[in-house]
Amino acid sequence: MSTYTKKQVSDLVKGTLDWDTVHLMLSMPKDEARYKLYMEVLQENVSYDDKILLAVGPHLNIVESSKDQEIIIKCDCGHEFGHYSKNWKLNALIYVRDNVEKMKEVYPELMAPDTNWQVYREYYCPSCGIMHDVEAPTPWYPVMHDIQPDLKTFFEWLDMPAPAKI
Amino acid sequence: MTIMKNALGNTPGVLLASGLTLNDHRNAIMERTAKTGFYNGHETLEFKDKDPIGYERIFSKVRAGLVNSREVAKKIAASPIVEQEGELCFTLYNPAGDCVATSTGIIIHVGTMGAAIKYMIQNDWESNPGIADGDMFTNNDCQVGNVHPCDIATIVPIFYDGLLRGWVGGMTHVIDTGAVGPGSMSNGQIQRFGDGIQISCRKTGINDTPLRDYLHESQRNIRTTKYWILDEKTRIAGCHMIRKMLTEVIEEEGVEAVEKFMYEVIEDGRRGLVKRIKAMCVPGTVKTVAFVDVPYSHPDVHVPSTFAKMDSIMHAPCEITVKANGTWRLDFEGCSRWGWHTYNTNPTAFTSGIWVMMTQSLVPTERINDGPRYATEFRCPAGTWTNPKDRRTAHADAWHFLVSSWSSLWRGISRTYFARGYLEEVNAGNSNPCNWLQGGGVNQDGEVHAVNSFETAACGTRACAMKDGLNHAAAIWNPEGDMGDIEIWELAEPLLYMGRRIKTNTGGYGKYRGGLGYETLRMVWNSADWTMFFMGNGYMNSDWGLMGGYPSATGYRFEAHNTGLKERIAEGKSLPLGQDRDPSLCEYEKHLGPDAIVKRDKQCITTEDMFDNGDLYLNYLRGGPGFGDPLDREIADIQEDLNQNFLMEEFAVKIYGAVFTKDEEGVYTMDAAKTRARQAEIRKERIGRGVPVREWMETERAKIIDKDASLAVQQMFASSFYLSAKFLAEFKEFWDLPADWELPEEELGTPMYGARHNIDIGDLPDVHPVIMVEE
Ligand SMILES: [Zn+2]
Repeated sequence: MSTYTKKQVSDLVKGTLDWDTVHLMLSMPKDEARYKLYMEVLQENVSYDDKILLAVGPHLNIVESSKDQEIIIKCDCGHEFGHYSKNWKLNALIYVRDNVEKMKEVYPELMAPDTNWQVYREYYCPSCGIMHDVEAPTPWYPVMHDIQPDLKTFFEWLDMPAPAKI
Repeated sequence: MTIMKNALGNTPGVLLASGLTLNDHRNAIMERTAKTGFYNGHETLEFKDKDPIGYERIFSKVRAGLVNSREVAKKIAASPIVEQEGELCFTLYNPAGDCVATSTGIIIHVGTMGAAIKYMIQNDWESNPGIADGDMFTNNDCQVGNVHPCDIATIVPIFYDGLLRGWVGGMTHVIDTGAVGPGSMSNGQIQRFGDGIQISCRKTGINDTPLRDYLHESQRNIRTTKYWILDEKTRIAGCHMIRKMLTEVIEEEGVEAVEKFMYEVIEDGRRGLVKRIKAMCVPGTVKTVAFVDVPYSHPDVHVPSTFAKMDSIMHAPCEITVKANGTWRLDFEGCSRWGWHTYNTNPTAFTSGIWVMMTQSLVPTERINDGPRYATEFRCPAGTWTNPKDRRTAHADAWHFLVSSWSSLWRGISRTYFARGYLEEVNAGNSNPCNWLQGGGVNQDGEVHAVNSFETAACGTRACAMKDGLNHAAAIWNPEGDMGDIEIWELAEPLLYMGRRIKTNTGGYGKYRGGLGYETLRMVWNSADWTMFFMGNGYMNSDWGLMGGYPSATGYRFEAHNTGLKERIAEGKSLPLGQDRDPSLCEYEKHLGPDAIVKRDKQCITTEDMFDNGDLYLNYLRGGPGFGDPLDREIADIQEDLNQNFLMEEFAVKIYGAVFTKDEEGVYTMDAAKTRARQAEIRKERIGRGVPVREWMETERAKIIDKDASLAVQQMFASSFYLSAKFLAEFKEFWDLPADWELPEEELGTPMYGARHNIDIGDLPDVHPVIMVEE
């Protein structure tokens, strides 16, 4: 079993980890301590106190609220997207690239999809404007509810105490 | 018990020491597996636990033998697809047809060749045509689990002391199968009857000798006979080397040990996956989806039947459930219907391909066997493109749908890796590797020829959660990805390289960008009666990007006829040599004669069209999708992208908010402070233009009620709604549609031939299809 330092996990998150270590991470069995170190690193990167339980994106986490222990989805800026079992996207801002002009803002002519077939849907945080996700479905497609974690089982796998309100 | 010989003189039940027929033997294994949850009932790994060194010794010998045989056999082939791109593999199976170990290479065929063996077992090949030492069987039938007809499998039973001890399969991707369209992954044909030669587990050799009738018949049915025969020899040589290897291992280690190993190792593989899922994933569900375009209404798509002449969309939703016990389920409820094109698949190819990919993160060991399949539940609803259950379907370019649909599985499972910190494993969505340059005619050597350029094996790869994708590097289905040498392709194809350059702006933007694709401009030269066509995505893109990263660029088509290039060369005038950097600037056209006919558009699927010497064809190999909000990208990396010609200035400004200067030599220098300031403004602009999702849903809902969408989009939904009441119910619930809202395909006026009446292979007399997924 390989082990890594918190500094190495922090560098992984920053994207500055040396390739030799990355290669070890890829080729060796996974390190069980990763989750704990990753959560510590993520926690240090945010200004809120709520305990981070899982990462949903580079700036979006599932956290245990310090107010009422409810488990919610939270942006790094502090914006709260609601209960973790619900789709956070429904509480985001959306911008849909659904015509040629809007597509030209992101790709040269001929290198973007035809919006009669496919659109780009950008989901932004209403408070800080970070882009948490881009979907590329057909028109009419329901908003994707990407991940619904089974936290109870997850903490059993980790052999760690689960938060009270899962 | 009376042992009966059949009319051919074959006695069932004499191949195994147990006296069971192969079918009874296999059924007993399946029963023990179902009853205990462990492959073949192996609750403990008796042999491995008792003699771990002996167990590992057998594994090492078998694996080394497989890899070595592949490397040696590869040298026999002349086809650059096999010899340059490594499109071959060899796999060892136990007597029940379950994979024990495999070589390197295009290992999707672990499953497809296993399906062929299982088909022979289940359909009593044991009695007729009989299975004997020295036999060879050939399969490329897509109704027996093959991916597409160009993947030809040679299967050889391995005997020792007069009993069947296993099977070896060897597969090569041949260059042509004699389909309507030339090239291995062609289109134009819309049914199996036109999809090339189809050989259904036929006995093609006896006493280690290929049968003359097969050799004559098969060559008569394909275009590229020289490559065909050398590929045949490649497969046979590899299989025989592996048969010899297994015989030697049995002699060294004892028959009992090897037999035990050949079953236990599969349970070992099953446990390996369970362990890995628990170590890397998060339990729960992930929902994901992918699409790709089938633009068949365009005049450059020539098909024989009117009912194929329509635009449609491949729809592949998937619900991935990671279960508490560490197994997983992939449910493809809601997929669209199969169609009259060559992009259909079958459950074996679909699910086996998923293994090929997962070897790159979930099963990243050399121990690839059938074990992980026993830890996975697949659901491929009947009637969808993943499981047509119709024996008329064509499959020549099944990859068009397969690789597109799989991109979403990468995004889905990567969300669970990311959630718990395994950032190094995250894949922002597999790059759909295309274009497939194909065609044929009379080549530079005066021979009837066909081509499929495997430059696709080196597309841009997806971004990861901690680094950019690789430029022009790989294709996820071929672990050996390589673009091949220009000099070799020029020997194989009557197409000169006018240039081979990185394709600017093709990697999806992001904190980490997707790898860039590349483009090669080919000029037809020294051919006679030459044709070519395009095969790739254009109006749509399957590779979305992840967590704020953008999809990669979509495809477009450039071809030019009557170019006047011969005259321009003679006159020493400028030629189209370099990049088609910004396709809207039409750079190539500036170096063509006045009468040139140019096609520059989004139509990236065409059928066979004539190309004269001097005509041009742009082979644009796609980039990969990005990861994370582009505004998080390191300033130094944006500068590097600009200076390396990876990114156009315009999009550095628009996407990344880059502020920079450019000196006389064209070197860019970023202004970090101004860039960060501009990025802050962009975030504000996003807030300004974004609307709350629930408000937007009201406007989108109105469009749905008004049936305001293109015909292709509506047809896709209608076909999925018909096949899945669940998908329809979820759709209506999400959009809060009136109870009586419906979208029957009948009201669209699009051709529905084949939509309501299926002709299943299982309806044929004496045919027992092998079904390994939930339907
Ligand atoms: Zn925010």
